[in-house]
Amino acid sequence: MTLPEYNFAYLDEQTKRMIRRSILKGIAIPGYQVPFASREMPMPYGWGTGGVQVTAAILGPDDVLKVIDQGADDTTNAVSIRAFFAKTANVATTTKTADATVIQTRHRIPEAPLSAGQVIVYQVPIPEPLRFLEPRETETRVIHGLEEYGLIHVKLYEDIAQHGHIATTYAYPVKVEDRYVMDPSPIPKFDNPKMNGSPALQLFGAGREKRIYALPPFTHVVSLDFEDHPFEVQKFKQPCALCNATGVYLDEVVTDDRGSRMYVCSDTDHCETRREEGHRGPGLPISGAQTVKEDAA
Amino acid sequence: MYVAVKGGEAAIANAHRLLADRRRGDRDVPALTLEQITGQLALAVDRVMAEGSLYDPDLAAMAVRQSRGDMIEAIFLLRAYRTTLARFGNSRPIDTAKMRIERRVSATYKDIPGGQLLGPTFDYTHRLIDPAMAGDEPVDEPLRRAREDERRAPRVTDILNDEGLIERDVLSDEEPGDLTRDPTAFPADRDVRLQALARGDEGFLLSLGYSTQRGYGRTHPFVGEIRIGLVDVEIDVPELGFAVSLGQVRVTECQMVSQFTGGGEEGAKFTRGYGLVFGQSERKAMAMSLVDRALRADEFDEQRLAPAQDEEFVLAHCDNVQATGFVEHLKLPHYVDFQAELDLLRTLNTAKAKNDEMREAAE
Amino acid sequence: MTSPILSVRDLERRYGDFIGCTDISFDVWPGEVVAIVGESGSGKTTLLNCISGRLDRSSGSIRYNMRDGRFPDLADLSEAERRFLMRTDWGFVHQNPADGLRMRVSAGANVGERLMAIGDRHYGEIRHTATEWLGRVEIAGDRIDDKPVAFSGGMRQRLQIARNLVTRPRLIFMDEPTGGLDVSVQARVLDLLRGLVSDLGLAVVIVTHDLAVARLLSQRMIVMKSGRIVETGLTDRVLDDPHHPYTQLLVASILES
Repeated sequence: MTLPEYNFAYLDEQTKRMIRRSILKGIAIPGYQVPFASREMPMPYGWGTGGVQVTAAILGPDDVLKVIDQGADDTTNAVSIRAFFAKTANVATTTKTADATVIQTRHRIPEAPLSAGQVIVYQVPIPEPLRFLEPRETETRVIHGLEEYGLIHVKLYEDIAQHGHIATTYAYPVKVEDRYVMDPSPIPKFDNPKMNGSPALQLFGAGREKRIYALPPFTHVVSLDFEDHPFEVQKFKQPCALCNATGVYLDEVVTDDRGSRMYVCSDTDHCETRREEGHRGPGLPISGAQTVKEDAA
Repeated sequence: MYVAVKGGEAAIANAHRLLADRRRGDRDVPALTLEQITGQLALAVDRVMAEGSLYDPDLAAMAVRQSRGDMIEAIFLLRAYRTTLARFGNSRPIDTAKMRIERRVSATYKDIPGGQLLGPTFDYTHRLIDPAMAGDEPVDEPLRRAREDERRAPRVTDILNDEGLIERDVLSDEEPGDLTRDPTAFPADRDVRLQALARGDEGFLLSLGYSTQRGYGRTHPFVGEIRIGLVDVEIDVPELGFAVSLGQVRVTECQMVSQFTGGGEEGAKFTRGYGLVFGQSERKAMAMSLVDRALRADEFDEQRLAPAQDEEFVLAHCDNVQATGFVEHLKLPHYVDFQAELDLLRTLNTAKAKNDEMREAAE
Repeated sequence: MTSPILSVRDLERRYGDFIGCTDISFDVWPGEVVAIVGESGSGKTTLLNCISGRLDRSSGSIRYNMRDGRFPDLADLSEAERRFLMRTDWGFVHQNPADGLRMRVSAGANVGERLMAIGDRHYGEIRHTATEWLGRVEIAGDRIDDKPVAFSGGMRQRLQIARNLVTRPRLIFMDEPTGGLDVSVQARVLDLLRGLVSDLGLAVVIVTHDLAVARLLSQRMIVMKSGRIVETGLTDRVLDDPHHPYTQLLVASILES
């Protein structure tokens, strides 16, 4: 019996070539969902198999990889994916946004602006922004092909009629270069503006749904809205309790059983960097901040 | 003071260690051997090979052991390995007419050339838990018929085919589609649909097949034939100019003879539903053939109203590795998006409270 | 205007050996209501689906007079152009309102969808226009956020009409628009339709088995039997002085019942 052996970054070279062709097509047609022959990956569908395949296809030995989930480098799935590439590709990994050449993410875009030469890879569960309005692939492809996007505004209209607001808070649809309506993956709409005109290359991988799409650097990305109900991002009333940052996305942490709460940066690297720079939030004790490593198991 | 939860890495390592412990169980009990699993849990191994779409009993047995008997997990392990394998070429189509038959039954004829063979079936067992299963009682050797190489057992559908009573079996040299190498486009062709069904979840197909019998897309099926046995896998070697045998695989084939289609120049004919799976699994092969036939509704101008007739629905949801992944991913952290929803809900409720207040004041 | 808005020549639709409709030629002029009548199975719905681009024809030509003056065969338009026509210049009123409405979306959004499809992006204006149209089909403004599932059959049909008319189309196809309604409700919907059609100067092709509907709405009639046109003419003339034996039978059966 032969025991299994695996290639650099797990995928065989033929598969990587196939994925790279799809990525290039996606870059050529920003926002268009390119079907690709998604492979079975050694982690479950839903855990980021699309992002992992895209990362595996673009990763070279000199790359420095950062993986985040919910903005944090130390969430279990981020740890697991980072370990996967450290093992199968032996690449350097980092938690520093600025040091990374490739950033794979689930549900967030880092707070620190990305720069030219960086690639951010999004994990996408449902790439079709119209899926919950029209379940049929045959129909949604025609809608994209003919730009019949009235339906998606019906959804926004209904939100306002019912709630007085557009009630979509994440996976908020965007229009790319005034052509394709695109699902930005389930990032909070807070992050949508960061996609517009970013100098970094943005790649999106949906493994189970077998789609790849892309935003080349400096692509025009607009969140859908109405003239009299313009797109707005979430605002937080208080700064981060640890690093005092404002204008960032905060996680609400319930700190006891009496309902006490504090708000801290969802982007852990951003928060740590600020604290290293000497920023101090109201939730930190006066003398000497420390990051305690706890064993969660 | 609040400390962010750290140590994902250590947590994962510890969890894996605990998993290994639970998998092994009591160290005083001997570990399962692969021979035991392939030999005594053969149908579990067969299912893992069928839905993992890789014929390798030893690896499938390892996967069953590694997954602690969780079948979908084992199927997943095999799939994730299969996807890394290089393709050397395509085999010739297997010829089930030349199968070394272990079991063969037809419901459409009392007797057929080559005979009906019950084989190793649960069909007529009484489902009483056998006290002998608590121990290791001696088991009688099975009776064996003399091997009759010359004995022909033509497929029942071939008999109908020769009489012109069933839609013609069209031979094709076209390369079949491969949904593991090309993204599926809808509408899909029958070759791709059959491939999806062959590796589809047994339970899902069973329920869909059942639904067609209860009126959700009726196909009026008769089991033309089910046969289980070993078939040769051959591959053409261009340098040699002939095909060589790579070995044998055990398969289950079900040919369902279904609702006839009306007249025209060719006259009325029965239609076909086809099922083929690795290993021994009649349930899966039969369910597959029912669903295959139901999915051919357009070919026969039948109205597509039932779930089993809906190609996008069936193909998009029959894969249990995909299904389990997406269902189970809900347990991954979603707190960033949840935070956004919380925030919206609070805003909406604040607005409502303010409105109510103003209304009360006005009244 | 000197040319028809829709021109059909030698149209045929077959289903295998079976003839859906054949040898069909007629014109529809701007502002004119043409009724296609016949019993079920006469091919009138097949014909309607063919000329409205919802069903492929087997042979023949169907030409439409575009706003820009072109007069192309529908088959020569790209799918994008055809679909654009369908959601702007044309309307289609189904017998069953559920086929033409989004039942789980509010009345306002049902009316507003076509506006959003052609690029309207001002919520307040869309809502204002929707309210106005609900008023024109006699649906109270305070029902704007209710869903059609909560509406009666007659209201649903009136909502479907408003949804079709909001983009000011020039040509409307109707398939038994009052067929599913109670007699008392029918009269109100018919009355409303007659008013809107003349106010807006719409051209209409309406399929009905009900000669009373044809008489009330249409100026011209086409009588079909077994997939063929057996008689055409001004509605009053055809009903008062039918020439073809089949039409005579049809008219007589109505009078008797």
